[in-house]
Amino acid sequence: MERRLFDRRGWTMFFGIGAALALGVPVLNGAGILPDYAIPLLGKYVAFAILALSLDLVWGYAGILSLGHGAFFALGGYAMGMYLMRQIGTRGVYGNATLPDFMVFLNWKELPWYWLGFDNFAFAALMIVLVPGILAFVFGYLAFRSRVSGVYLSIITQALTFALMLAFFRNDMGFGGNNGLTDFKELLGFDLQAKSTRIGLYVASVLALGGAFLLCRFVVASKLGRVLLAIRDAESRVRFLGYSTTSAKLFAFTLSAMLAGLAGALYVPQVGIINPGEFSPAASIEIAIWVAVGGRGTLIGAIAGALVCSYLKTWLTGVAPEAWLFVLGALFVGVTLVMPKGLVGLIDDLRSRRAAASGAVRS
Amino acid sequence: MTASVLAFARKDRAGSAPARLARSSDTLLYLSGVTVSFDGFKALNHLSLMIGKGELRSIVGPNGAGKTTMMDVITGKTRPDEGEVFYGDTVDLTKLDEAEIATLGIGRKFQKPTVFENLTVFENLELALKAPRGSFASLLFRLVGPQIDRIDWALETVGLKDRRHWSAGALSHGQKQWLEIGMLLIQDAELLLLDEPVAGMTDKETEATAELILSLAGERTLVVVEHDMEFVRSLGARVTVLHEGSVLAEGPLDKIQADPRVIEVYLGR
Repeated sequence: MERRLFDRRGWTMFFGIGAALALGVPVLNGAGILPDYAIPLLGKYVAFAILALSLDLVWGYAGILSLGHGAFFALGGYAMGMYLMRQIGTRGVYGNATLPDFMVFLNWKELPWYWLGFDNFAFAALMIVLVPGILAFVFGYLAFRSRVSGVYLSIITQALTFALMLAFFRNDMGFGGNNGLTDFKELLGFDLQAKSTRIGLYVASVLALGGAFLLCRFVVASKLGRVLLAIRDAESRVRFLGYSTTSAKLFAFTLSAMLAGLAGALYVPQVGIINPGEFSPAASIEIAIWVAVGGRGTLIGAIAGALVCSYLKTWLTGVAPEAWLFVLGALFVGVTLVMPKGLVGLIDDLRSRRAAASGAVRS
Repeated sequence: MTASVLAFARKDRAGSAPARLARSSDTLLYLSGVTVSFDGFKALNHLSLMIGKGELRSIVGPNGAGKTTMMDVITGKTRPDEGEVFYGDTVDLTKLDEAEIATLGIGRKFQKPTVFENLTVFENLELALKAPRGSFASLLFRLVGPQIDRIDWALETVGLKDRRHWSAGALSHGQKQWLEIGMLLIQDAELLLLDEPVAGMTDKETEATAELILSLAGERTLVVVEHDMEFVRSLGARVTVLHEGSVLAEGPLDKIQADPRVIEVYLGR
């Protein structure tokens, strides 16, 4: 386990890859190699990478397999969506300055109290991390204090996201029912349809990914990171050493949910819609598959897994839409059976095998 | 330690209330009338026991006598159905959870060695090292010189100096036992509960473990649960025999081995 954030080579790679991701896309687009439509698509992948990172922090390091992380992602997304809805103003179909279209349609006379403040970006930004964070804190406190763990915890996280999905489908909830929130116009005054805004959002997503990666890295390289690993492997033993495992797990779970919320907020303006489908249990399971494919317990693996699987999904749903779910299932089973450490484990194995082989040749 | 500290009362077989043990200020651990049932089976049956400060005590007993359950009760893993468990004069252990009890200074070595296999030997000791246990404190924790020296001292004491950067999973069974003892030492536990500390050790390792335990007695309080009678003899400590969840006999080993009730439990029926 690394104690430092990075060594020199690590920092070089971090900034190298970060700069390549952030600058490469606008440059390739400017040169006409990368089509315009690909920019928000790549931005979406990067948001998914942050989401995968957040799940890896709790699953890979603390052994908490959350199958409801999509809920935190969607809540962050809804918080951003509410801000974007308020930005529409009189440009909506009904031209109402305060009420979003769906509320006018439902004959609502005034904005529900929980929509207040969302016209302010700073407030919305706070809610993007606070709402998922508070939910995770309360949920985690109840679950971890009662020592719910393993498969039981996974099941109740599924129940959590499913319950939220049903709630958000209802029109009375005031979040647009099954249509969700859409028809966004601008973000902080920038036109969401403009290419420059899209590039800006993409670059912001890459920067957020870099920040999230550093934060997770800081946590896992700390003593708390080693406490989390110890909890993953032998939780009761950690208690007998005097650590409150409830508190350590709660810290990781809450931080993770906040990162997932951030990912959701970056996702929404780039895809232009948020609806209750994001809360579906299957969506959350997909996140776990990304992490498994990339290699759990390795932050870089989670990022790689999300990027690879998302690209695969885009490509496959284009050429053979009905095959995607089968491929996803096969991928999960295959990875679990054949390469339990994921892509990162596979690369490590190949590298050490090659090193062993070249060592043998030399001697 | 005085005779009165070590005095004990055995539960009256007729089932009347157990006699209360007289506590004195030298008592570190006090169990009185502790009963634990699992689905009607009484793992502990009005167990009363006192351990004095700085005492070394061996606990023996056939399988199912309640030795491990007793450890579970003391360390907060199992809540007793009835009875009192006090640490020192005032701390009621039945009200605290495992982590709180551990921070009081009660350390436990498990029967099956449990070290964190994916961490290195050094990191295992770092986790056990006495330091603030909160999550934020752990997040910002940095090892300083004297703490590293202390880990080195523990590595030296348990003979794992050259295994410092090994992953704990790669250690032999005996070495894992030693690492776990090292973790107790560095935790600065005042009361050490050792559940079968020499299981799976070679004769030489067993001997070294006995030496280590004897060197700690007096400064720390130790309760050693062990099956190996040779080892118990080498400790030369007062012995408590548990049987069917309560104390059957207590005293020096020679006296215990001559006790017909003990002989019956171990050999008879």
